[in-house]
Amino acid sequence: MAPILEIQNLYKNYGSLEILKDINVSIDSGDFLVLVGPSGCGKSTLLNCIAGLEPISSGNLSIGGQDMTNVSPKNRNIAMVFQSYALYPTMSVAKNITFGMKVRGVDQSTQEAKLAQVAQQLQIEPLLGRRPGQLSGGQRQRVAMGRALVRDPKLFLFDEPLSNLDAKLRVEMRTEIKALHQNLGASMVYVTHDQIEAMTLATKIVVMKGGEIQQIGTSSEIYNRPANLFVADFMGSPAMNLIPAKTRSNDEGTNIEILRKDGEPIVLTDQVNRDLPSDVILGVRPEDIADPEMRGGGDTQAADCIIDIVEPTGADTFVVMQLGGKSVTARLHSETTAQPGKTQKLAFDLGKVSYFAPDTGLRLN
Amino acid sequence: MTELVTSPARGQSQAVRVLLRWSLYIALGFFVLIYLMPLFVMVTTSLKSLEEIRTGDLVALPRAVTFDAWFTAWSGACTGIKCEGVKPYFWNSVLIAVPAVAISTLVGAINGYVVAQWRFRGANIIFALMLFGCFIPFQVVLLPMARVLGIMGIAGTIQGLIFVHVVYGIGFTTLFFRNYYVTIPVELTKAAKVDGAGFFRIFWSIFLPLSLPIIVVTVIWQFTQIWNDFLFGVSFSQAGTQPVTVALNNIVNSTTGVKEYNVDMAAAIIAAFPTLLVYVVAGKYFIRGLTAGSVKG
Ligand SMILES: Nc1ncnc2c1ncn2[C@@H]1O[C@H](COP(=O)(O)OP(=O)(O)OP(=O)(O)O)[C@@H](O)[C@H]1O
Ligand SMILES: [Mg+2]
Repeated sequence: MAPILEIQNLYKNYGSLEILKDINVSIDSGDFLVLVGPSGCGKSTLLNCIAGLEPISSGNLSIGGQDMTNVSPKNRNIAMVFQSYALYPTMSVAKNITFGMKVRGVDQSTQEAKLAQVAQQLQIEPLLGRRPGQLSGGQRQRVAMGRALVRDPKLFLFDEPLSNLDAKLRVEMRTEIKALHQNLGASMVYVTHDQIEAMTLATKIVVMKGGEIQQIGTSSEIYNRPANLFVADFMGSPAMNLIPAKTRSNDEGTNIEILRKDGEPIVLTDQVNRDLPSDVILGVRPEDIADPEMRGGGDTQAADCIIDIVEPTGADTFVVMQLGGKSVTARLHSETTAQPGKTQKLAFDLGKVSYFAPDTGLRLN
Repeated sequence: MTELVTSPARGQSQAVRVLLRWSLYIALGFFVLIYLMPLFVMVTTSLKSLEEIRTGDLVALPRAVTFDAWFTAWSGACTGIKCEGVKPYFWNSVLIAVPAVAISTLVGAINGYVVAQWRFRGANIIFALMLFGCFIPFQVVLLPMARVLGIMGIAGTIQGLIFVHVVYGIGFTTLFFRNYYVTIPVELTKAAKVDGAGFFRIFWSIFLPLSLPIIVVTVIWQFTQIWNDFLFGVSFSQAGTQPVTVALNNIVNSTTGVKEYNVDMAAAIIAAFPTLLVYVVAGKYFIRGLTAGSVKG
């Protein structure tokens, strides 16, 4: 089957300003693609290009196997939810939802049936007679969603639909959107700059920076095997520890040497990854530095570390120390004995580390 | 804060506040008097007989109220050789002002919508040029306009005057609507495009229903401008198509013998009446429209 959305070599300029550079993305039917990246990296612009609301400067774009590069938005068979919801202020909720069908000349009875169905699905029946100005943020969000759902399009586009909601509602709506996706089996492209939202919703994540794609992959690929330093740093909270280290190969494997301000360097031995350059940046997730009792076997190697700060968060306790000139965070069990200023034995899980080249920032293993 | 202020000081500040308030009222009252004085004189004079005007006091109330001057002004006063009052000219003004206001408002709305929401290459330049049009003095366009009207074959006609007022008004109406529509988020247009609506559909279904305040502002502005216009009216009309302002001028200037001040005053009030009415009826929207900015989504 043809991919539901295929973007090839897409470039987008505003005047002489290059906003999107060589974008290549393809998703299959039923995929939930999430675009993440820092503010201003071009996520909304890319979504607008997919919708046909912004012309692209060069490249190709097809939806459902049909070339859509120069097709107007109304003929792309898409529905879009905007960051500001963009509800029509003078129309009632019901009119907002049916406007698209009315424009397309869908007959009255079908309109009513679809409206009733969507209103029931989103639990907005009591709101149908109101104007958008008389709704709360969460209710507006639902109406905006309803306006998209009623269309039954090939592709849904969402531009940060949850960013205006408070934290609690955001988590609730996130779950609802996920349920909606599973129930509808629809294909979606979803923009966010919240990486937790990205991880929880996506079947496929596109990480962008400065108009360029940094990595495309599943949540676990992005999380466990970031393609470069930017992705490693951007995805995950607290961020991945990126520690400058020196390597030396010998018969048993590669010795990884991490300098410390006071005391001997930590030396770990990686038996899998060989042929690393002599200078690398070692990427370790906080949860891959743990109490030795909690984490045993595998590639785990223990080392003594001097703890600077202890931050209990309830379920876990984060400890911060200085390694290789960087602040390094480890995620320990909440009942850990670690104390600030004291030495603590910590286990590094070498089976899950990443190596990056310091100059190019690219992944080495 | 108030708890900290000692009571004598508070008493004093209270007194100062009352004093300030009263001086404000007195100042405002004074200006109101100055403002209303001419109107008062006009109304009272129009209700007096010529005899009373000649013998009486300018600011005195009429001893015997008579509407003779009003009837004469409406249908009997002489404008040059004809003595039909302002009535036919009043209707000329209506025939000029109503279509000219309607057309210039509608065109301004569409222009403003395009410039604000359908940003195309050169949109800013076009808007700047239109804005520039607002600052061109009437006198500058008289000769070129006369030529254009001649070429179009509508010189001296009501249509010609409508055309002149529409052309001259578009700069202002575009400015009004553009400034109103730029405050409306472009995402609204984008959402409607995704919903399948086209240029006019979006204008008609989404922008026009939002526009009542700015339509009122524009209509009041345009109506006042066009109704009160004298220069275009006197330059581009001929016998039979003159607007009421020109007729008023002729009545006041062409009376021979004794000057009929009461008729002049009545005619002037009649000529000014529609603009007064528009302000009274729609003034509240006018203030609201001028201050209205953002539209809540
Ligand atoms: N009409 C425009 N003209 C020129 N530059 C623009 C225009 N629209 C957007 N840009 C630029 O394009 C870049 C990408 O903008 P975009 O809105 O796509 O960012 P984003 O990734 O959606 O950011 P955010 O997370 O803040 O919404 C920004 O640097 C922005 O300044
Ligand atoms: Mg954005």
